Amino acid sequence: MATRRKPKLAVWKFASCDGCQLSLLDCEDELLAIAGAVEIAYFAEATSAFVKGPYDLSLVEGSITTAHDAERIRNVRAKSKALVTIGACATAGGVQALRNFADVEAFTSVVYAHPEYISTLGTSTPIAAHVPVDFELRGCPIDKGQLIEVLSAFLAGRKPVTPAHSVCLDCKLKGNVCVTVAHGTPCIGPVTHAGCGAICPSYDRGCYGCFGPMETPNAAALSRELARHGMSRDQIHRVYRTFNTAAEPFREEAERHGS
Amino acid sequence: MARKTIKVDYLARVEGEGALTVVIRNGAVADAQLRIFEPPRFFEAFLRGRAYGEAPDITARICGICPVAYQMSAVHAMEDVLGIKVGGQLRALRRLLYCGEWIESHTLHVYMLHAPDFLGYHGAVEMARDHADIVKRGLELKKIGNALMTIVGGREVHPVNVRVGGFYKAPRKRDLLAFAGELRRARDLALETVRWTAGLDFPDRTREYELVSLSHPDEYPMNEGRIVSNRGLDIDAREYDAHFEEIHVAHSNALQARIRERGHYLVGPLARFALNFDKLSPLCREAAHEAGIAPICTNPYQSIVVRAVEVLYACDEALRIVEDYEEPDQPFIAAEPRAGVGQAATEAPRGMIYHRYRLAEDGKIEDAVIIPPTSQNQASVEDDLKVLINGWIDLPEDELRHRCEQTVRNYDPCISCATHFLDLRVDRE
Repeated sequence: MATRRKPKLAVWKFASCDGCQLSLLDCEDELLAIAGAVEIAYFAEATSAFVKGPYDLSLVEGSITTAHDAERIRNVRAKSKALVTIGACATAGGVQALRNFADVEAFTSVVYAHPEYISTLGTSTPIAAHVPVDFELRGCPIDKGQLIEVLSAFLAGRKPVTPAHSVCLDCKLKGNVCVTVAHGTPCIGPVTHAGCGAICPSYDRGCYGCFGPMETPNAAALSRELARHGMSRDQIHRVYRTFNTAAEPFREEAERHGS
Repeated sequence: MARKTIKVDYLARVEGEGALTVVIRNGAVADAQLRIFEPPRFFEAFLRGRAYGEAPDITARICGICPVAYQMSAVHAMEDVLGIKVGGQLRALRRLLYCGEWIESHTLHVYMLHAPDFLGYHGAVEMARDHADIVKRGLELKKIGNALMTIVGGREVHPVNVRVGGFYKAPRKRDLLAFAGELRRARDLALETVRWTAGLDFPDRTREYELVSLSHPDEYPMNEGRIVSNRGLDIDAREYDAHFEEIHVAHSNALQARIRERGHYLVGPLARFALNFDKLSPLCREAAHEAGIAPICTNPYQSIVVRAVEVLYACDEALRIVEDYEEPDQPFIAAEPRAGVGQAATEAPRGMIYHRYRLAEDGKIEDAVIIPPTSQNQASVEDDLKVLINGWIDLPEDELRHRCEQTVRNYDPCISCATHFLDLRVDRE
């Protein structure tokens, strides 16, 4: 019997902190098995061996913040059969999308002595704003269990199972005492996409939304609860405008609480 | 004379995007530039107007490999404004979390990013085909570092449990004690790592750097200490600005730091080790002696051995903290916001990191300055290339390119922080 060619995996980086691609290297128990099941054809953080495309699966980390990167992602798309974005930057523009609501020239002059040396776009945008994306994995950072699920699903030719319900539901399943009900701690778990394992409430703090919005969130209703538990208009504005600021329901809710 | 150009489009096994140009004239390196074009993300700008309590979560996102370094520097700087001092078990827990990051980050670099240079592989996965036991040892050690970060911080990348004043929740004593066995195992693996790295084949090269790190009277530095150097610098973090400056050069999106009086300097494992050797645990000092690098190592290619010794130290220290741990009454010290300027320096795995914030009366950030280790080392990387590559310039292009890359990787450069991509151009004239 002819042996089947191993699928070619590529991992790409755009504007990001490297944490989501690091999650792949953090799969210490599975990494060598993954390397056995796929050909790691391009993964600059891990290997200097660059195998030419086309690639069967591209994992894309980071957001688009330069004209050069806007061109580069089109090129990546063109040589990838399937393209999966990993993390909040690639999926929702990331924390650097805070520039979208500011004057990027003013930002540049805050950080750099010679703003004329810096070339950047006025916005940080998700990958899907530039090219078609086959699947989006949420989180800042992504959860490695979910990453392995995405890879396994891809290898098996099925859709990944990553529930779109809220952190709130996972928290109940975990048996946590509700931080809002029991301690009055504001928490945006009811509108945040599951996947982290409800870590923050397990550590006695309210969820701060790093997985972005769940499917059909009722953020307006939650905001009333947040206000009732002592959050100011400005605090509500900021909690939605942090790591997934370009994700529509969060962007909208932040704007409703704008100054 | 014929002019020659060698090009590498992407420096692999570093974190972030950068480029390198080396100009060779008359058989010697005439110029070397490390260009960082990781797109700017403007953290210092968008921190303005955020509440002081948000800084640890936001600055963590500067780097997925060393988020704790940003969180720790941010909380210490904020506490400097607020006038609170975190001591006792909360202080020990911060050190424990930092130990987890040192183990995880250094082990990633030693086994997966740097070792392949010495053994002639593209990466750890390729290396595993011939050296499965070595790679598996590295993965096991890294996993224990990550597990430690998860116990204390909630998760390994961007921990959620760190806040100004301490933690959201203190770990249970029984959970930490249950982890002691893992740490003993990690210590054994780390000791094997020191011995293994010591046996690698190192180029015979040394450099004279001004070495800069924190120094603390009682411990190997992580969260606290004065900023000292081997050329007489001895200052408090609050005096940082008077002695250091940042230069914005045209070829890089990261600012380069220098000591005002003297110029370039080196932060990171080589500096920490040389300036704090006597603060290492006896086990580490002995291992370093056996490895032939004690009490000072001036060969940057041996930084891999120094990192291994620091991993050993972090395991040893974590074990000590875990065994002495008592649950604190409160997981954090509460404080009221107030106006003022706060500064702090801590020791990221890659070297000293400095944060300064100015807060308004309501605790909102008015100004933020963050100086990560890689931007401080940038000029030293360029100097290394100018000095250390000489003697190799007649090598075939592939080998020369590899030597340049290895020289950069000595630093474990975190270019995402400084602001992977090394586009190496060698101009021969």
